[in-house]
Amino acid sequence: MTTLPMTTAKKLGLVIDLDTCVGCQACATSCKEWNTSGYSAPLSDQDPYGADPHGAWLNRIHSYEVGEGDTGRTVHFPRSCLHCETPACVTVCPTGASYKRASDGIVLVNPETCIGCKLCSWACPYGAREYDYAHGVMKKCTLCVDRIYNETLEPEDRVPACVRACPTGARHFGDLGDSDSQVSKLVAERGGFDLMPEFGYKPVNKYLPPRPRRDATTSASGDKKPAVREVESDADPSALTTRFFTWADKVLSR
Amino acid sequence: MHPAYSVIYFTCATGAGYGLLIWLAVFAMMGALPLTPAFGLAGLGVSMALVVTGLLSSTSHLGRPERAWRAFSQWRSSWLSREGVFAIATFVPVAVLALGWIVEGRSDGVYAVAAAAAAVSALVTVYCTGMIYQSLPTIRAWNLPMVTPIYLALGLATGAVLMVALMAGFGALAQAHLMLTLAVLGGAWLLKFAYWSTIDGAPREWKIGAATGLGRFGQVRPLDPPHSKPNFVMREMGYQVARKHALKLRRMAIALGFAVPAGLLITVLLGGLQAAAFPLAVLAAMSALAGVLVERWLFFAEAEHVAMLYYGKQEA
Repeated sequence: MTTLPMTTAKKLGLVIDLDTCVGCQACATSCKEWNTSGYSAPLSDQDPYGADPHGAWLNRIHSYEVGEGDTGRTVHFPRSCLHCETPACVTVCPTGASYKRASDGIVLVNPETCIGCKLCSWACPYGAREYDYAHGVMKKCTLCVDRIYNETLEPEDRVPACVRACPTGARHFGDLGDSDSQVSKLVAERGGFDLMPEFGYKPVNKYLPPRPRRDATTSASGDKKPAVREVESDADPSALTTRFFTWADKVLSR
Repeated sequence: MHPAYSVIYFTCATGAGYGLLIWLAVFAMMGALPLTPAFGLAGLGVSMALVVTGLLSSTSHLGRPERAWRAFSQWRSSWLSREGVFAIATFVPVAVLALGWIVEGRSDGVYAVAAAAAAVSALVTVYCTGMIYQSLPTIRAWNLPMVTPIYLALGLATGAVLMVALMAGFGALAQAHLMLTLAVLGGAWLLKFAYWSTIDGAPREWKIGAATGLGRFGQVRPLDPPHSKPNFVMREMGYQVARKHALKLRRMAIALGFAVPAGLLITVLLGGLQAAAFPLAVLAAMSALAGVLVERWLFFAEAEHVAMLYYGKQEA
């Protein structure tokens, strides 16, 4: 059914911290690994070892250079489906394969009924949907619908694969419809924003902006201590064992 | 946007087929054409051949053509679904019209109702085709109120030239047909000319800074791409024709779609060439269709998609 639910009980989504994302691609590879055998499996690749490799991925990590000179910065920018509240990708679908779940707001494609007309990809301003050339259907982020409710997994694993994989904690998962949830608080605290809200699709996923840049005036503390804490060694340099290890280190280093 | 040949042929062929159907139905209702079985077979045959091959062509654009029937279900929200529903629904009154015309040689009573229904349904189908494109705010060159009228006008224009060829073939061509066709052809291409002026002049309002939300920190430039070779989004949405090629192709579209057929029809009109009218009109119809094919290729190739902002386009 491509007509949208009036409301959804939850608004599950991601909050992505552009300040701490390091562009390591762990979320993208973890996503691909989980989802190539998950809900919308497979995620096929074409010409994977040839001259023109490409394939269906549900998460793409861009890196941008923003600003000029001293105020310039690198921002890593993960891009995936934003699970919009009123997504055009769903309403343009002629078959009902694309739908938004009334229970949790997740936007899904039914791979059993999708005809692969690609119109949803034309309707999405965020480039979030990708066509699977081998499977003949559209693929998109499922918010790991097959993980988050999966009771055979450990509780800490019941989050999207990208969130679980992120080594810097730049990805957060939760109910953005609940103003008391951790993700909603994070968005309020850090000034989370929507991508191109002018389209009116009301993205659920939010992005947290990079924090203000620190320089000599804002990062140095009063006593000019270096930012990295000095390692305090409790070893007494005159002790016999310490001298032994210093000697051993020298010998082994030859 | 990637110009898929299956979709280009589909929109051009069904546009011309439904355009011809509308003229045939209207003229049949008015009793303004020969109600002979041969004319009926030829007219409705050409029209339905264009429509059916067009619809079949559209399914070859699908990843799962065997599931195409599912596309009739979401007419409440989807213009593509509505197009499918009306495309199939049109066959019903056409069948009744064909029965009256070809078998009974009549176009009155119930057959007149069928003709009217066929014309309206054909018009609505082409309207839905146009709305599939016009309703997408992600594509600046498509999200314009004149897009659907152009689909209708070019369908009616190519249909009218085909109608002239048929009338000439059956020796029923009148000056009024030629003048009407010239007017429709001129009107359609005038609209298309206005369209090109509009897309050339309109500002590109979507910026990379808005797409990423990073515009507040300064100019945004791509540093590292997410992948080394183009993905689906870049292949489908990133296709773009070089500006100088586009201008050449626009001139070619106008020449083939308007200048050549109009010249040929005027030659027939002023020369009073009854004997040569049929071959000249056939030539005019072929040229008009070729012109619309070029126009439709450009409609895709000149359209830029907002998603390409993530891949380094500064504005869209």
